[in-house]
Amino acid sequence: MSDALLEVKDLKTYFFVEDKIIKSVDGVNFTIKNGETVAIVGESGSGKSITSLSIMGLVPKPNGKIVEGSIKFSGDELVGLPEKKMNKIRGNDIAMIFQEPMTSLNPVFTIGNQITEALLHHQNLKKSEAKKRAVELLKLVGFARAEQIIHEYPHQLSGGMRQRVMIAMAMSCDPKLLIADEPTTALDVTIQAQILELMRDVKKKFNSSILLITHDLGVVAEMADRVLVMYGGQVVEETSVDEIFEKPKHPYTSGLLASIPKIEEERKRLEQIPGTVPSADNFPRGCRFAPRCSKVMPRCTDAPPDLLKVEPDHKVRCYLYELS
Amino acid sequence: MTVHTLEDERLTAKADDSTGNIIEAKGIKTYFPIRGGVFRRTIGHVKAVDNVDIFIKKGETLGIVGESGSGKTTFGRTLLRLLTPTDGQIVFNGHDITYLSKSEMRKHRRHMQMVFQDPYASLNQRMRIGELIEEPMYTHNMYKKSERKERVKYLLETVGLPMEATRKFPHEFSGGQRQRIGIARSLAINPQLVIADEPVSALDVSVQSQVLNLMSDLQEEFNLTYLFIAHDLSVVKHISDRIGVMYLGKMMELSPKKDLYVNPLHPYTKALLSSIPKPNPKAKKERIVLKGDIPNPSNPPSGCVFRTRCPEAYKRCKEVVPAFVEVERDHFVACHLYHKSEEKVK
Repeated sequence: MSDALLEVKDLKTYFFVEDKIIKSVDGVNFTIKNGETVAIVGESGSGKSITSLSIMGLVPKPNGKIVEGSIKFSGDELVGLPEKKMNKIRGNDIAMIFQEPMTSLNPVFTIGNQITEALLHHQNLKKSEAKKRAVELLKLVGFARAEQIIHEYPHQLSGGMRQRVMIAMAMSCDPKLLIADEPTTALDVTIQAQILELMRDVKKKFNSSILLITHDLGVVAEMADRVLVMYGGQVVEETSVDEIFEKPKHPYTSGLLASIPKIEEERKRLEQIPGTVPSADNFPRGCRFAPRCSKVMPRCTDAPPDLLKVEPDHKVRCYLYELS
Repeated sequence: MTVHTLEDERLTAKADDSTGNIIEAKGIKTYFPIRGGVFRRTIGHVKAVDNVDIFIKKGETLGIVGESGSGKTTFGRTLLRLLTPTDGQIVFNGHDITYLSKSEMRKHRRHMQMVFQDPYASLNQRMRIGELIEEPMYTHNMYKKSERKERVKYLLETVGLPMEATRKFPHEFSGGQRQRIGIARSLAINPQLVIADEPVSALDVSVQSQVLNLMSDLQEEFNLTYLFIAHDLSVVKHISDRIGVMYLGKMMELSPKKDLYVNPLHPYTKALLSSIPKPNPKAKKERIVLKGDIPNPSNPPSGCVFRTRCPEAYKRCKEVVPAFVEVERDHFVACHLYHKSEEKVK
């Protein structure tokens, strides 16, 4: 694939805590093409956030480590890249929006300071130029009084405004890839609608690719082109957004879809997936979803299934679809 | 204030059955003072709840939705009398509980319980699950010791936790299990009204449906009345019979749930409904995106509090506070667009 912007191959990110090995990300493969929005869906502990941190080279040290695999960005290998070189890419070619706009901005610097930081670092702009660009960016993300905002501190802004500042910062160096980790989870629905619309606009304008990490299937339906469903550190299903909602194959995906209350439906019992997400230091031997699966077969508990292509654009990690 | 004996409590409770309302609140205002200046004098008020009327029928689920800062949590806490309202009246089971003292409140609070949002913060981590569930019965002096132990087991079974749980500590459980413990604890003293404040918003999607189903089952089994507070409209719609929509301390719309979704009247409700991302990539996307943020509740806009973000605001909205009026059967709305008797509109 020539138009692949990001290629993640067999990524394994483990954490070594005391004498335990926590396999947060355990063999993840995917690619993101230019201009594509890929969503990773999963519950807490599925490894979706650690996947994104691995790409950014921000896996918490010293406990966390990428033990295997490769991450290629525009053909260049990121795993094992020296910190200096990674700093050139991070914030410049790959930018990230974090979940908590409250905690991911520095409270003692002004908004202007924080936006211009990346510009000064990566783009060799003069201070006055950087400031001008910061105002432009803030206007782009919908601040009417951008000239004042750059002199204000994060605490003076609301949650939605802070998230827009985060997006402005992320877009400041025209990144080719934007990683958004639960960008709207902490926000109210009406503000969420604003932010999602903004992300779509920004994407169109800069033609960047987006890796969207979320647990909200509604947000996925609205934003994504392709969807990866993660469970227990592995991708269990990968296909286009239409397929995932119309013909989900993995029992976990279909269970997840059936368990969310839908606004247009009348009240009946919700489908439920029994049990809870397994902890990453003690996965079951076979399929990691087997203990909660309604369609579990004897072989599911013996050996783990592989992620297999079952249709031209549909991969599933489940024995139900394995022709044997 | 006269102190009711248990006997006349029972009598009035009986007499009150005719209205079928477990709790009625009229003109509730809960203001928090803002202090400032040299002498820390009160220089203003945050109107967290401003003139809200509501009643909850026995056995129903009333859902309250609103964004952060809408006053929904404060409203729930005021109904429970964890906060004393600045003005208004709360009648619970026929008793005016608006200004009861803490000790007087205690015997009523037996009948009302709360389920909290954060299952990690709301359980004392140094107490075993058995003690946690027994505590409310002990506090209210209910049941003999042996009966209490029996009841703990029964409650654990009801909420779907194993017996061994009694000996364990909260940190040994996942979020969903902790929320089950929280629910078991709230049911320990057999309440009539349960106020659940965002009970599932901290849970994973697959666990959320377990807890919602459990809550519906328990409602039937124990004949509970719920006040279900949440920001997630889909969840509220699923569990509620009637839904109230709050914005900046005011009730904007209140109606049976079906009406609210099929025929929303208030522009805020419409915007809120259209803002929800639907888990269907082919759904039509006609979206009303509201501009701006929810205003500061210490300095709300004049007239209708929603007018600064309302796509249909006109002159009157700035000048007059819209009344909360029943425009269709059981469908209340506070918006000038629907008050046909006053002044011709549009």
